[in-house]
Amino acid sequence: MGGLAHYIEQEGVATTQISLIRLHTETIQPPRALWVPFDLGRPLGVPNDAGFQKRVLVSVLELFEESAGPVLKDFPEDAPVTGKQDAVWTCPVNLALKKTDLDDADALRAAFKKETVELRAWYDLALRKNRRTTMGVSGLDINQIVAFIGAFIDGVPVNPRQDLSLAYTLNFAVDDLKAFYYEAVATRPGSTPPGAAELDDWFWGQTVAAKVLLAVKDRCLQKDDKMMQLLGKLLLVPMSQVSSEDRGQKTEDRSS
Amino acid sequence: MTRLENLPEPQRSHIAKTELPTFDTHHWATGPALSRRRIALISTAGLHRRDDMPFTFEPGDNYRIIPGSTASDELIMSHVSTNFDRSGFQQDWNIVFPLDRLHELCDEGLIGSVAAFHYSFMGAMDPTDLEPSARKLAGLLRDDKVDGVLLVPV
Repeated sequence: MGGLAHYIEQEGVATTQISLIRLHTETIQPPRALWVPFDLGRPLGVPNDAGFQKRVLVSVLELFEESAGPVLKDFPEDAPVTGKQDAVWTCPVNLALKKTDLDDADALRAAFKKETVELRAWYDLALRKNRRTTMGVSGLDINQIVAFIGAFIDGVPVNPRQDLSLAYTLNFAVDDLKAFYYEAVATRPGSTPPGAAELDDWFWGQTVAAKVLLAVKDRCLQKDDKMMQLLGKLLLVPMSQVSSEDRGQKTEDRSS
Repeated sequence: MTRLENLPEPQRSHIAKTELPTFDTHHWATGPALSRRRIALISTAGLHRRDDMPFTFEPGDNYRIIPGSTASDELIMSHVSTNFDRSGFQQDWNIVFPLDRLHELCDEGLIGSVAAFHYSFMGAMDPTDLEPSARKLAGLLRDDKVDGVLLVPV
């Protein structure tokens, strides 16, 4: 991010930027930057809070009024806490993970399929409520995604995208799968949307889908293809969830 | 919170040890008062319109163009990293691409205008690989009369 600022500024166009990693911004020293103490993935702080987002924007845009740089300022507010204060948040669907035989590929696929069918009504509700979805990167619908990812558990499926390598199709299908789950459960009536860490802990700690992705991760590591290796090492499972000890760890424990 | 000390391992060490470019010179472009600036957004969240190709590591596959008329339900994210939150973007696109907020600030007179085109890179790339595209983009921004770029990371 800071590198882009240098290159564009050198071409005569003024830049200002939000910084999420202060250490990186201190090293790169872009012309104007506002460090914000928010989660990675949430540079404006909190969703659906226009007032808060606007305060962040005004602070970063006002750096254009500085007379010299590089300038790095800190945004003085933390993001309002979402989710954690709502201690009653639970998944709207009772996922029966304990009944799944994780060593039986067919049983795992069946449980995976059943789980997505159960969540479908909640995803559809979210779609109607939000009037948008972030699914769509892979170009596959949820049934195709479940079949495609599920086939990786003990084999190599046919690539449904002729314009992308199998590894990229898998990467984007996993993005869409997680979007389906996260959007579905964030819409429970009478509950504020859970925070980012809560959602991660739920998905990686309680769903069959996560068990499938962990199995697929191991399969990717067995492949010779470099992109498949990269998927297995870094791009399918978050670093914070790779260890079985960390998986589904309570948010309060992890952030303390 | 993205205070480095609060991130779990191994993510904390991964971020702390990331190799970064340094710059010996510090250019400082000037412009009019904020209330007369034309602002464009550049995101590194791997954003693009639904019918665009997703981002890849293919050489030259560096950025996507996001017309100012793009609706929130047309914008999706194909960043390769799984180590940042996407649930905020799922609930509100302004959390990474604050186009609605920019228009509101324009209506309130805080900024002069909002650019006709915005752009997104995928931030997982080596920044030095993006230099030619960034310099080319500066020319496109000038053609759009932009004199203030807001860079938004993810």
